[in-house]
Amino acid sequence: MRILISHQTVYRYERPPTGVIQTLRLTPRNHDGQYVVGWRIDVSENCHLAPHEDAFGNITHVFSAEGPFDELRVLVEGEVETQDTGGVVRGAVERFPPSLFLRETPLTEVSPAIADFARETKTSDDVLSILHALLTRLHADVAYDESPTLVTTTAAESFALKRGVCQDLTHIFIAASRSLGIPARYIGGHFRRADGVANQEAGHAWAEAFVPDLGWVAFDPANKISATDSHIRVAVGLDYLGAAPVRGTRYGGGSEAMEVAVTVNQSGQQTQS
Amino acid sequence: MALITAFDEMKGLDGQVRPAYAALSQWLAEVRPEVLDFRRKEAELLFRRIGITFAVYGEAEATERLIPFDVIPRILAAKEWDTLQRGLEQRVKALNLYLKDIYGKREVLKAGIVPEDLVFQNPVFRPEMNGQKVPHDIYLHIAGIDVVRVDADTFYVLEDNARTPSGVSYMLENREIMLRLFPELFSRHRVAPVENYPDELLATLKSVAPDVASGDPTVVLLTPGVFNSAYYEHSFLADKLGVELVEGGDLFVKGGIVYMRTTQGPKRVDVIYRRIDDDFLDPLSFRPDSALGVAGLMSAYQAGNVTLANAVGTGIADDKAIYSYMPEVLKFYLGEEPILKNVPTWRCREPDHLAYVLDHLEELVVKEVHGSGGYGMLIGPTADKAQIAAFRIRLKLNPRNFIAQPTLALSTCPTCVEAGVAPRHVDLRPFVLTGRDRIRIVPGGLTRVALKQGSLVVNSSQGGGTKDTWVLDR
Repeated sequence: MRILISHQTVYRYERPPTGVIQTLRLTPRNHDGQYVVGWRIDVSENCHLAPHEDAFGNITHVFSAEGPFDELRVLVEGEVETQDTGGVVRGAVERFPPSLFLRETPLTEVSPAIADFARETKTSDDVLSILHALLTRLHADVAYDESPTLVTTTAAESFALKRGVCQDLTHIFIAASRSLGIPARYIGGHFRRADGVANQEAGHAWAEAFVPDLGWVAFDPANKISATDSHIRVAVGLDYLGAAPVRGTRYGGGSEAMEVAVTVNQSGQQTQS
Repeated sequence: MALITAFDEMKGLDGQVRPAYAALSQWLAEVRPEVLDFRRKEAELLFRRIGITFAVYGEAEATERLIPFDVIPRILAAKEWDTLQRGLEQRVKALNLYLKDIYGKREVLKAGIVPEDLVFQNPVFRPEMNGQKVPHDIYLHIAGIDVVRVDADTFYVLEDNARTPSGVSYMLENREIMLRLFPELFSRHRVAPVENYPDELLATLKSVAPDVASGDPTVVLLTPGVFNSAYYEHSFLADKLGVELVEGGDLFVKGGIVYMRTTQGPKRVDVIYRRIDDDFLDPLSFRPDSALGVAGLMSAYQAGNVTLANAVGTGIADDKAIYSYMPEVLKFYLGEEPILKNVPTWRCREPDHLAYVLDHLEELVVKEVHGSGGYGMLIGPTADKAQIAAFRIRLKLNPRNFIAQPTLALSTCPTCVEAGVAPRHVDLRPFVLTGRDRIRIVPGGLTRVALKQGSLVVNSSQGGGTKDTWVLDR
């Protein structure tokens, strides 16, 4: 499937800052199920976009822009050709053995409740079955709800609330998998909605878990599916922070308001909004 | 509580004064107690006036206090120091090669010398450093290697400190005060100088500047600020080095280059002697809530435009879980036998080791793998039954989190105590500097002394004191 993506972040400043520095993880790479046809980044201020590769092989761009400016726009857009691989991710950049992804992070700390949940879900020794069971139970137990959680909400907090967004569900899935000794990681990306609605308020998030003899398999707890050709994989990390689309700091200025607009659309299809 | 028979550095095991201590022993016999007492008080006054303090975490009322200073020096003969120096150089060489390998080709893991999970699942292993080139392949510029002695010939490395080791300001201050108070003692000994440490440190830091730096690189010392327990040392060292003492807010990154704000405008920075932990260095790469670091610092580092001393991720060299593998690690890289021994260590992650440890808790020292400062450890021989029982539960719950070692009879040195002069247990932290050109070690280091009779815990946070350390020139 050919998918067109546009992801724009706009910062509006109460008082113009003297400078801004940001690290962007907004550029997808190829793997067996995904080919990047074209991709570009545009920052509204004059700056040098230096490309790097981070620890996990994500393409990053670091830029520093000198103020003053009232608003800053970061736009990425491009086209990706995807294939359904049944969720199996092959041909991606791998810098570490899977066991590294057993590390706990503050956002994915295993609370006793999550450990219990994981243990109860484990009804067989077959890793793939365990992961599917986790996916199903998580979807049933934790409601998708945008209101109570923030980007800094931990898996334990969201699990206690029994609510969260895709990021939270993914963190819980990762924490539960790791607590059972199954390496798991966070994927930030985009999702083409089947209902044809192209405009979205944010990117999407899901998890990959390591299955012996199969490799990394992608599970999307918010949608209760393995990843399909509707998923565009952009960044991988131990948790949201490691895969965050933008991490930045502003020097001076007053408060800021951030607005994100994402459109994900099948190429050649008409947009509904 | 059974006292352990320890090797006394002045009187050995047989009570015969050892040659290096002959003059000191004689002086101690001559000096009148009230003179010694007067000098002690004078030393304390001087330390108070200088304002040398340290903070003790977990003590609300006494956030800053003096570390007790003992006026009787600890003496090492030239020959003893030679062995130590060779051993320290060898060890730090190996630690640097190990770090380069861990973040590079991982040969030590492929060879099965260090278990992979101990590295990759260890929070002090920094994925961000994987495949990252650091200037001149040096990771560990400033190491503090804690050494203990058990007899006339045997020194053990108790632990490596490869992150932001502190204490060197005490080494320098102790010497300064001793020179002022006891000139007559110095006239009876040929004591090797330590005063050149700041020069050696600056030469080391300048030597590791990135290739893109100018002929006279700009060095700064980055501190977390006045609330850090070692802030005194940071300001002291910056002053001695003649470099700017900066906080995160004084630096910024633009176009992959680190600048310092100055009254004359931005100034490019080439080398950062950082005394901030990895976690707080850069909110864009590590803890996003850190207000202590510099946003974008890691991108400048990755671009090769600045040197961080020590490098990021050196914790994987001094982690207690890794420690027990160091003799094999050293042999692997250098093909040599270690000159300084490791303390025999049981890894509680291994079932047979755990079984042994559980059976011998009364004899062993059990440490938390990620602990430091003498917190969270069990010293079997001095613990009561309830403490041992409580520790047994913790150990069984999470064996991977612990290592155990025999209770070493740390050597003793004569020390001023209430009742006069008596032997107390000591350790030694020499500071090893690795530059592009060579390794530099000033003769001596920081001697820490357990002031309580029989105590083996020398950490200042646990009531330990310090002594001046004299290495005798030939």
